[in-house]
Amino acid sequence: MAGTKFTVIDAGRSVELDEADGIARATRAEASGRPAAIDRAERAAYLGVSAAERAKALSSLEAPDFTLPDLDGQAHTLSAYRGRKVLLVAYASW
Amino acid sequence: MITVAIDKSADDARPWIEAAKPTHPSLIDTAHALADLYNVVNVPTILWIDERGRIVRPNDVAFGTDTFKHITGIQAATHLAALRAWVRGETTALPEARVRALQSLPTDADQQARAEFGLGEWLYNQGRVAAAARHFARAGELAPHDFTIRRGTMPMRGIDPMGPQFREMLGAWVKAGNPYYRPLAE
Repeated sequence: MAGTKFTVIDAGRSVELDEADGIARATRAEASGRPAAIDRAERAAYLGVSAAERAKALSSLEAPDFTLPDLDGQAHTLSAYRGRKVLLVAYASW
Repeated sequence: MITVAIDKSADDARPWIEAAKPTHPSLIDTAHALADLYNVVNVPTILWIDERGRIVRPNDVAFGTDTFKHITGIQAATHLAALRAWVRGETTALPEARVRALQSLPTDADQQARAEFGLGEWLYNQGRVAAAARHFARAGELAPHDFTIRRGTMPMRGIDPMGPQFREMLGAWVKAGNPYYRPLAE
């Protein structure tokens, strides 16, 4: 008998596991200091990144790298702009 | 300049980007990846990054125009002048110790809120909007100062982010002695 599937979203990727395995994975992540949002009724969990890891990266002053799409879906990576000064602006329509 | 729209979909940001016809990369961040990496808790948030890829001005509040000056009390010219001087090499950026002192680093509650947001966003994209709303609400309780969550998820909860529920939230926040915008002191 197949168990009920449980989705774990980890580092932006989602994997489908048996429910017990999914919850075990989320619980292990929590035990290692990572934030985990677990919803048993929805059979899903999201594993985040710890405050300690984010704080360490930011305190290093090395700008955390990211790749995001533009309106046409073309990906842009911050580190591709090395050698130029960058004004990074976060805004929103709301 | 690189702009990043923290919005639920590219279509939410599209009208502004198409009207502005930018020549710089104008990116979309539906999953709040930038907010997570840089501890961005409201918009607008700006950072300066130098040629070596180092943060030389941490998260600050700045506007390109004075459209909202009557509400925010923040004038665009101050930041624009400082930015121009830095870009032209007329001034140096802040020393590293000052940058670190001005940084605001995420707490465990902030990161738990971001995990709740992440689960909510995934559920929302699955069409499970009621479950998503519960996680967005939980995220807002964990990080009440994070308006990318409390206000930014309103469109995914059927709430007008400019409407009465936003004004009520903002009113309660300000009345409790909290600033909506937290510009750097220098």
